[in-house]
Amino acid sequence: MIFNFKKPPASLLHCRLADLAPGQSALISDLALPADTAEPLMDLGLVAGSRVLAVRRAPGGDPVVYRVDGAEIALRRETTCHISILRIETDAEGS
Amino acid sequence: MTTLTAEAPDLMCGPSETARKQIRTLALVGPPNSGKSTLFNNLTGLRQKVANFPGVTVEQRAGKMRGGHGDIVTVLDLPGIHSLSPHSEDERVAADVLHGRMAGTAQPDAIALILDATHLNRHLVLAARIIALGLPTVVLLNMADSLRQQHGDVDLVALAGQLGTPVALISAARGEGLCTVRNFVNSVGAPPTPTELPVLQDVSHCREWAARVAIRASYRRPLPPAWSHRLDAIFLHRYCGPAIFLAVVVAAFQAIFRLGQPLSNALQNVLLASAQPLAAHIPAGIARSLLLDGAWKGMTSVLVFLPQILLLFLLIGVLEDSGYLARAAVITDRSMAKLGLNGKAFIPLLSAYACAVPAIMATRTIENKRDRMATILIAPLMTCSARLPVYTMIIAAFVPDRPLAGIFLGTRAAAMLGLYAVGFLAAVATARLLKSSVLKSHSSPFVMELPTYRWPTLRSLGLRLADRSWAFVSRVGTVVLAVSLGLALLSNLPSHPGQAALRENVLARVGRTMEPVIAPLGFNWKIGVGLLTSIAAREVIVGTLGTLYGMDPATHGMTLQGALHADLSPGGAVALLLFFAFALQCTSTLAVVRRETNSWKWPLLQFSYMAALAYGSALLANQIIQHL
Repeated sequence: MIFNFKKPPASLLHCRLADLAPGQSALISDLALPADTAEPLMDLGLVAGSRVLAVRRAPGGDPVVYRVDGAEIALRRETTCHISILRIETDAEGS
Repeated sequence: MTTLTAEAPDLMCGPSETARKQIRTLALVGPPNSGKSTLFNNLTGLRQKVANFPGVTVEQRAGKMRGGHGDIVTVLDLPGIHSLSPHSEDERVAADVLHGRMAGTAQPDAIALILDATHLNRHLVLAARIIALGLPTVVLLNMADSLRQQHGDVDLVALAGQLGTPVALISAARGEGLCTVRNFVNSVGAPPTPTELPVLQDVSHCREWAARVAIRASYRRPLPPAWSHRLDAIFLHRYCGPAIFLAVVVAAFQAIFRLGQPLSNALQNVLLASAQPLAAHIPAGIARSLLLDGAWKGMTSVLVFLPQILLLFLLIGVLEDSGYLARAAVITDRSMAKLGLNGKAFIPLLSAYACAVPAIMATRTIENKRDRMATILIAPLMTCSARLPVYTMIIAAFVPDRPLAGIFLGTRAAAMLGLYAVGFLAAVATARLLKSSVLKSHSSPFVMELPTYRWPTLRSLGLRLADRSWAFVSRVGTVVLAVSLGLALLSNLPSHPGQAALRENVLARVGRTMEPVIAPLGFNWKIGVGLLTSIAAREVIVGTLGTLYGMDPATHGMTLQGALHADLSPGGAVALLLFFAFALQCTSTLAVVRRETNSWKWPLLQFSYMAALAYGSALLANQIIQHL
């Protein structure tokens, strides 16, 4: 299950969602965003512990379409660089 | 097709009669784009707008439905929400109605919670928050057809047990499961009895709860359809994506001319022919002149543009219903970011191409207040459908029809495209100006949910076109008729008794007093009168000119285009096009801006700014062309 993951090695702690390449997936560890920005994201499933797959980049490279919880959500880099992730997997279809 | 329904265990036994109370107001609640408005339309027989992107409904709407026992229940359609702590104006509307804080709307005494059956895990979080309100609730899992097609599954009895509410699979688009809602309205009065509820303030806890409930209900999430994914690979492709976006826009313009013009001509012939039998019934003289040359010419000159307007609405409807609109917002987000605007502003701005009034309402989905204000202020610069008759009339009179790039682009479509571009560029420049000065703010996050692609249904498109036709025809039958008849009367009133020539009538006097102001733009008094009447609504100028040229013996026998071509210089024509591109001649827009911004300051500022822009650019264009 996605909720019971073990503590990751320290080297992986400081990756950001913005660094995730299309086709890679990872677990969200923290949203370093003000509450009014973070809450709508959390409502869409971007909470610590959920698995996110980067699906594709928009034509200009930004925003990026992510799949979380079966839904596809486009987010700008200025948002995703404040979301830290861990346990990156290069897996075409994520979890 | 039978609908699966499961009652909560305690309800199966039947609550005691004393626990039941009559349900008077039922609120439809659910996440964005889960199909609330579609269900609302099915329950009430009303025609609330539906489309395939989140945030279509931005205000509450009430309708009536008949319960199974024949009693009348009020149904409230609410904007989509993810939680009860609102972040944007539309979410605030939903939360206020549910808490009974919305003036003029009764607090609902029961809730129909509509969740997307294909995204149950995520949407159950909202279920926890709604069930915790303690109102009698029925949970409707919409899009049952997609769930089955994509091999998903859910145990309704187990889910009903977990949530303590009746649960049913429905398909609002196909009209399946309406009886569930009717039965619920008749039979229930007891609050939900969930086996457990999470700590609502803790999102992680809520999600764990939702995941647990989904597992206990043996929910198998359907596989996302592969074709939706494949379409995205094309529509969001680095090179194909923008190319397709441009092709869609250009094709839309070409279609409006290539298909719209012949249809419009055909309609004109029918309307002209219909004037003959009418003429036979009206005795010659002042009455015939007033009714036929005045009112009828004015009305028909506007009415002939119905095909073009319907084509535009059809194209926008296909974009909205298919799910492409959300992708277009993603493609254009980078450009919007450069303007300092949120990518979410793209959807209201695109719908402003149809009409600025719903577009300004749609800005409610933009969370950032300053971004929202900037979007409201630039929306009327987008070329709305009311400008289409004016543009088409002038372009058809002055631009010869030649192919520029084969069948793909003609000169007239190119001229039209140019005018749309002018409006867009003015909006862009204004947005930059506003966002770098009075409405400066930190950029707000862009969050856009991409809905699964769907085939637009004929029913939904047909209803839109029917509604639009009715709105257009009724405007012609009221505003345009009144203005045309009034003008025809006035143009028969000589200002100096004894002189019957048209230029000496009351209207000509009014137009002539305007001439010092409008002559530098290349406009004569007839255009001046048209500018005055078009303050009510832009297309009224077409009816006005139809009446004025129809009443004038010199141009009586000509078509409107012919008369305009003879009466207006090329410089004046360009000036008139630019004037209409920029000026805010629309009382409905001013009223809705006043309502949404809650002050007269913004609509007045907007009106003056756009009037200055219109006058300045028209003056410049006419002077340059005159001196070429």
